[in-house]
Amino acid sequence: MNIKSQISIVFHLDKCIGCHTCSIACKNAWTDRKGAEYMWWNNVETKPGTGYPRRWEEQDLYRGGWEKDGSRVRLKGAGKIKGTGVIFQNPNLPALDNYYEPWTYRYEKLLDAPAGDDQPTAEPVSLITGDRITPKSGPNWDDDLGGSPIYARNDTNLSDLTETEKEALFQLERMVMFYLPRICNHCLNPACVAACPSGAIYKRGEDGIVLINQKKCRAWRLCVTACPYKKVYFNWNTGKSEKCILCYPRIETMQIPACMHSCVGRIRYLGVMLYDADRIREAASAEDRDIVGSQLDLFLDPNDPVVISQAKKSGIPDSTMEAARKSPVWKYVKEWGLALPLHPEFRTLPGLFYALPLLPAMATMENNFYSSTGSSLWNNVDDSRLPMKYLANLFSAGDTELVRNILKKMLAVRIHRRSVTVGDITEKEASRVLQDSGLSAGTADEIFRMTSLADYGDRFVIPPAHREEAVEAIENTFIRKENAGFGFREKPERGL
Amino acid sequence: MEMNGFFFFVLLPYLALFSLLPASIYKYRVHGFRVSSLSSQLLENKLLFFGSRPFHWGIILLFFGHLIAFLIPASVLAWNEKPVRLYILEVAALSFGFMTLIGFLILVYRRLRVKRIRLVTSRMDVFVFLILAVQIVTGLYTALFFRWGSSWFATVLTPYLKSVFAFRPDVAAVTALPVMVKIHIASAFVLVGMIPYTRFMHFLVYPFVYFWRRYQIVIWNKRESA
Ligand code: SF4
Ligand code: SF4
Repeated sequence: MNIKSQISIVFHLDKCIGCHTCSIACKNAWTDRKGAEYMWWNNVETKPGTGYPRRWEEQDLYRGGWEKDGSRVRLKGAGKIKGTGVIFQNPNLPALDNYYEPWTYRYEKLLDAPAGDDQPTAEPVSLITGDRITPKSGPNWDDDLGGSPIYARNDTNLSDLTETEKEALFQLERMVMFYLPRICNHCLNPACVAACPSGAIYKRGEDGIVLINQKKCRAWRLCVTACPYKKVYFNWNTGKSEKCILCYPRIETMQIPACMHSCVGRIRYLGVMLYDADRIREAASAEDRDIVGSQLDLFLDPNDPVVISQAKKSGIPDSTMEAARKSPVWKYVKEWGLALPLHPEFRTLPGLFYALPLLPAMATMENNFYSSTGSSLWNNVDDSRLPMKYLANLFSAGDTELVRNILKKMLAVRIHRRSVTVGDITEKEASRVLQDSGLSAGTADEIFRMTSLADYGDRFVIPPAHREEAVEAIENTFIRKENAGFGFREKPERGL
Repeated sequence: MEMNGFFFFVLLPYLALFSLLPASIYKYRVHGFRVSSLSSQLLENKLLFFGSRPFHWGIILLFFGHLIAFLIPASVLAWNEKPVRLYILEVAALSFGFMTLIGFLILVYRRLRVKRIRLVTSRMDVFVFLILAVQIVTGLYTALFFRWGSSWFATVLTPYLKSVFAFRPDVAAVTALPVMVKIHIASAFVLVGMIPYTRFMHFLVYPFVYFWRRYQIVIWNKRESA
């Protein structure tokens, strides 16, 4: 066993209000620069929808991720041979128009315009060319199902739904949606790392954060193709690829990433997960039907004595073990089984998990009345307006049973809490539902607390980064102490 | 020896080498951030397909053609003994030349016409395009009008280049060559010398290591990379 620790994340989709505060926090911190205008290291998509860049999930188009090749996996659109073939022009690379042309407004016109008969306007201008443009798409052009005939209807996850199911979904009164915030998954089997010919992308041993060495990137752009989540972006100004850095300078100083700190819905949880690195290949190349199970099986119980002693041998610090035992991610993913990775079939083994959205399932239309009561409400998640198959295509490689189990548990927690706090559901009924979902009343209370009442310290358990030891390894700490606080930085200037 | 011969065929190659080696090592080690192929595919995708692919494949094959003639002239001459084989070689080389030219013209058109691309064109890129134009035009001219290049390269230029590398430059044969060929050679030296100061720098960082590297890379703060 070769135990490694991974800083992992849970996004609780049931709580996301789609406010985009996370995206703005990230943009302000990291990508508000020339060349990075179109990058949204954190973005929030409305589902159903085609996402950002448009149709990123369609790997027939972009050829991202891994595909099964016998007992191993190979990169779908990159790698040693395929990568060399497309290095001069890569047909599977999204171009700027698959994202959008970033723009701003000429605000100064509002003040400078000469006196005239018309109101002065701030015209939109391209942030790349400076020309006047008419914006025709943007990072969330389809927010809240806007333009759904072109966006939501073309969501690839709907492709294997029946025509009636699809039609039902788009009837105005039955329309249903939820938000899907996305950042880099800091995968355990990152396709971006494997695809980089320069070896500029790497996974950090201590915490699993995936980073791009800006001095080694040579703009071969294969990472952009290889990442099935399209979470590597190419900076057209500096000629370097960039991606989410999980705010590592903040994490190293025990602060949480900016997107998580600013999250209004408090949907984000961060903690350590331990996994056995020797079993990555096995997990990545599992059969299609076992793919979710084999990915979740990689993660090891930090309370298990065998794991504890093995972790010591693998050099995991006690402080990390301590954090792993308190990890909210462990609870959501393994202990309670409420969270799944996004598109596990891409086989990159994401370190980011999603607690599924239950909300859209709750209300139905009955005789033209919007009904949020009735027996089916509590008992049957299968009646939800959002076909189970759709969620399964997103989170469990099509396995509806996994999705059904999770939704049942979430519903059971609500029924249980309603019986406790409101009392219009009998305890007997509540415990029947709990039993049916496989939860105990105690666990349901824990889930309830972590979901609705958890404070900062419960939601974010950051392991100490031990930078002091890292410094020791490189230079004499006394010399470092005398010099720290003053250094030289190279301006990120474009090559000639 | 006349002055020009000395300048273009003795001084220039040494200047080029002297400029190439220290400057590219310095740039690679100290200014890694500025070493990039500076791809513009994100900004324009379609013309690039028709330009970049033929251009790059053409020029790379031609580069290796020149290299082979330099490294193993005897084998090239032996191959060329049979006219059929000579024709095959020459026709192949010429078609790579035209492939390069066509790709190049499309790339020039793209740089001039697409505003997004014009915006990421530096002064050094203008130089890059000019010197490539000189190389491609003189190269094609040579191939068409001074037959058969693959043979006389091996007998005339290989000894000259070897003499340069041996620091005993012998320019007699080169100075007698037609002026188009001379321009081709001299501007090649300029091109080599300018590698570290232009986007040509990406030749030197072609990722060969990828072929024998393991796919995944993990870097530890404290331990050796695993
Ligand atoms: S999600 Fe992140 S770690 Fe995973 S392949 Fe994409 S960029 Fe790499
Ligand atoms: S800040 Fe939080 S609630 Fe708002 S969109 Fe982002 S993830 Fe959702």
